[in-house]
Formats: sequence, structure tokens, C-alpha cells
Amino acid sequence: MSEKIPIGEKVLMKGNEAMGEAAVQAGCMAYYGYPITPQNELTSYMSRRMLEEGRIFIQTESEIGAINMCYGTAAVGERCMTSSSSPGMSLKQEGISYMASASLPVFFVNVNRGGPGLGNIAPAQSDYFQSTRGGGHGDYRVIVFGPTNVQELYDFTMLGFDVADKYRTPTMILADGILGQMMEPLVLHEYKPLPDLPSKADWRLGDPATKDPLLVTSLVLDVPGMEQRNLDLFHKYEEITKNETRYEEVDTDDADIVLVAYGTAARIARSAMQQAREKGMKVGLFRPITLWPFPSDPLSKLADRVEHMLVVELSLGQMWEDVRLATGLKTKVHLHGRTAGGIPGQADIVEHLQKALDSKSDEIVRNF
Amino acid sequence: MTQKIRCAGFGGQGIVLMGRLIAYSAMVEDKHTTFFPQYGAAMRGGTANCSVIVADCDIAAPTVEEPDVVLIMNGPSLDKFEDTVKPGGWIFYNTSLIDREVKRDDVNVFKVAANEIADEVGSSRSANMVMLGAFVAKLGTIELDTLSTRSLDAQMHGKSERVMELNRKALKRGASLAE
Repeated sequence: MSEKIPIGEKVLMKGNEAMGEAAVQAGCMAYYGYPITPQNELTSYMSRRMLEEGRIFIQTESEIGAINMCYGTAAVGERCMTSSSSPGMSLKQEGISYMASASLPVFFVNVNRGGPGLGNIAPAQSDYFQSTRGGGHGDYRVIVFGPTNVQELYDFTMLGFDVADKYRTPTMILADGILGQMMEPLVLHEYKPLPDLPSKADWRLGDPATKDPLLVTSLVLDVPGMEQRNLDLFHKYEEITKNETRYEEVDTDDADIVLVAYGTAARIARSAMQQAREKGMKVGLFRPITLWPFPSDPLSKLADRVEHMLVVELSLGQMWEDVRLATGLKTKVHLHGRTAGGIPGQADIVEHLQKALDSKSDEIVRNF
Repeated sequence: MTQKIRCAGFGGQGIVLMGRLIAYSAMVEDKHTTFFPQYGAAMRGGTANCSVIVADCDIAAPTVEEPDVVLIMNGPSLDKFEDTVKPGGWIFYNTSLIDREVKRDDVNVFKVAANEIADEVGSSRSANMVMLGAFVAKLGTIELDTLSTRSLDAQMHGKSERVMELNRKALKRGASLAE
């Protein structure tokens, strides 16, 4: 361990760098990446720290190269990582699909920028669908954390490596340009692995102790075989949903209306909530921490006693769909969405809350 | 107490360093803080800005829509940010490079001849420190002592003792303006 890293102490760090240090602490043995704004500080940090630790850093020829190197590294049982931003993540999706099918653990980060297409480098959350629906082809899911501050970027990176290993499945952080670029104090906790992480001995390749031949593949040509693989994955996803769903509720007990937001949007929503409460409105906040598995059950319970919800997101109604699926017809789900670097103003959200509360019984209030 | 600060000037004036120094000092003093730089394509001579929040409670939104304080190092930045300042807030501006008056009459104005004073101290490159010194001494958001010792050491690690001494002097000269 580098003596310069003050483990256990409070430091001021960029979000991108905090994820890098957490990965180093969590025993990431190889990082592969290709530069793209707004996550470059992460790649840059790893280029220095991984070599300090005598581990592997490769700036690959492309994003596709990076994710396929992850496939190889994960197949021999080592912890590995890649990171990128929106268009770069699109390029990695084929490899992620292969890894999901082959049950290979990998941890990766998407510091989301404005899209679609080449878009811009401004903060956005418009890769929500891509992240929470799998992202590539086939019947699979990826565990998605949506941290809201630099401490959580650090903590969930460590946890991300653990749950990836625990369930042998690709796991990611979905952040945005503000979280990646901002600096905030955080405590560099020592890495403590989850208890009972499974051994990799019965499936990893290249282990001299293994006598029987092993195969890691995503190609299963016979129909019952491939269907069974999908069913096995499905049952694994059920298990993940049961065990790993995370969320936070703030001041929902007396709320007439609840803001639903994650990541940076949740921070802005929380400020707006404070302003609205000063004006006498009873507002709460529900913050999904895992975006997949989505906290549908607690949200559904909340919908039993709250008449209105207002989703605030840096995209145009992507998480709104999940909130509506979770709550059915029990509550009215309004939407405040900005995109491609547009940031919701706190006063705009407060105004929107009032409009939602004043809305007619069959009216959904949207800001665009 | 929550104070939202924006530092602005041209690339090369040390605008981002100003923000980092404020945020680092706040952390050392056990306050809550966030720092967010303008990022992306930038060049020396182009515009640069960053925002910092210092608070004694949790900071929710890290975005600064209506700053309480702006530290303005050049003319285009005054044009851009003058109207954003919260009524009753503060505009600190660099009269060495800005030859107009502030138009607002509902804010406090503090003039700092940052480049000229920095020149007297030894190098106009320390103009950002003169501005920081004036801001800290006037509003007391963080301690001058924290800024000129622990924060400078941490954020400018590796610079020569000559440069560090120059910066400490510039901070002090800036602070003396507010006495």
C-alpha cells in the first residue's frame, strides 16, 4: 500500500479519483480503459496508482478492447475494472452481455454525459435505461448503484467489487459529470470484504490445482441448455433483488408529496425539499440507491399513503417509468426532467411541487 | 451558515486553485464543503470558473445558482456573474483588470487591485492569493492561518519555497486590505 494514502482519514478528493482509490483498496488487480470526458481523472488516477502497486494498467486501443480484457482477467479469477462515459459505454455493452452470460464478475463505472449520440460532456442521467435494462443484448441485468456524494462513490466502489464476486455478475456505478468532477471531503475507510465471499476455485481458469478441464463461454447452441442458463440467471437476479435492494427515505412520514430522485438530482431535490418545507409544504424524499434492483416494493408501500410523487431526473422520464411501474395506479406520478446538461433549479422544483399538489385528479404535471 | 462562492477569471489566473484552497481549508476546519469546477475544453486565456460551498451543516445541492459571494478576477467574468449574486451578497473584484464600476446597488462591493499588489509583493501570478486574502479577512468564512499554512502546503505540494513564500506574502497583503 502506498504510504501516501491516509487510510482512515478525511481527505478532499474528486469523485473520479475516489472511485479509483476505492478500487485499489478493494484489490482490483487490473484496470483497462480508454480516455473520455468527464471520467478522465479516474483513468489518469489508475495509470499512476496501479503501477505504484505493481498491478496492471492498460490504456487500451478502444473501449471494446478494454471490456474484452476484463473478460479474460475475470475468467482467471482476478478482480478487474473498466470505466467510461456514455458513448464509450455503448461500445462496451457487447462485452458486458458476454460476461453476464458467462457469470463473470466485473466492476465498471459510467460517468454519464449528455446524449444521445456523441452528445456533449455535460452532467446527465440519460443512460438510466441502458444501465438498468442490461444494456447489451439478451435476457440479463446488471447491478447498478446510483451514489449521491463522493463518500458513496468510494463506498459503493468497494461494495461493487464484492457483490460482483458474490453473485458472479457485472456490477456498476452510474454517476454523472457533477459527481465525477466535484471535490468533497470523504473518509478513506479501510476495505473490509463482505463475509463469506465465495471461492473462485471451482470455476476460474488457469489454476494449477484444477485437474478437470474448465470452460468459460457464453455460447450455448442447444436450446434447452441456453434456456436453462437464462433461467439460472433469472433466479440469480431474483436473489439479488431480495438481498441487495437499497434506498433512503427522508421526511416521508407526514408527506403529502414525495420527491423521487437519485444521484445528483437527489441532492438538488433535497435542497428544494428544504425550501418547500420552509413554505409550509409537506414534502418528503425517496432516493433509490440501487437503480437495479429498483426499490419497487418500498415505493409501492409509500404509494399506499401518499397521493403525489414528483420524479426529478437528469433525463426525460426514464426513472419515471420505473416509479409508475412500482406504484401502479395508487398514486399520481409527476415528472420534472432536464437533460443534456440542463440542471433543475431548486425554485423550479418548488413551483412544480405546488402545481402537482394543485393538479386536477386526472392530471399529471410535467415540466416539458 | 451556508455560503456559496463562485471564483471566476481567465484560464491561467489560478481560479480553480482558489476554489480548491477554500474547500480544503473548510475541510481542515471541520466544516462541510463542496467544490465543483467548470470542466471540459478550456485554454489558457479563456474563461474559467468554479464554485465552492462552505457550510456548518450537510450540503445537499452542490450546484450554485445564486452565489452569496463572487471573487471576480477579470472583466468578462464580472459581466457574466454580476447579475447572479444574491441580493445582500458580496462582489469582490480585481480593479487591476476591470475598469468599470459594479452596476448593482443591492450588493456589497469590495475592490481589490489584485495584480498591482501582487506585483509589489513579487509576481503578478499571485494576484489570486491577494484576492483570497481580502475575501477571507473581510468575511471570515475560513481562517487566514489555515489557508496560508496547511491548505497551501497540501494544495501546492512540490512548489519551491520561494513560490510558497510569495503566496503567503500575497495572502497577507490581501488580508491587510480588509483591516
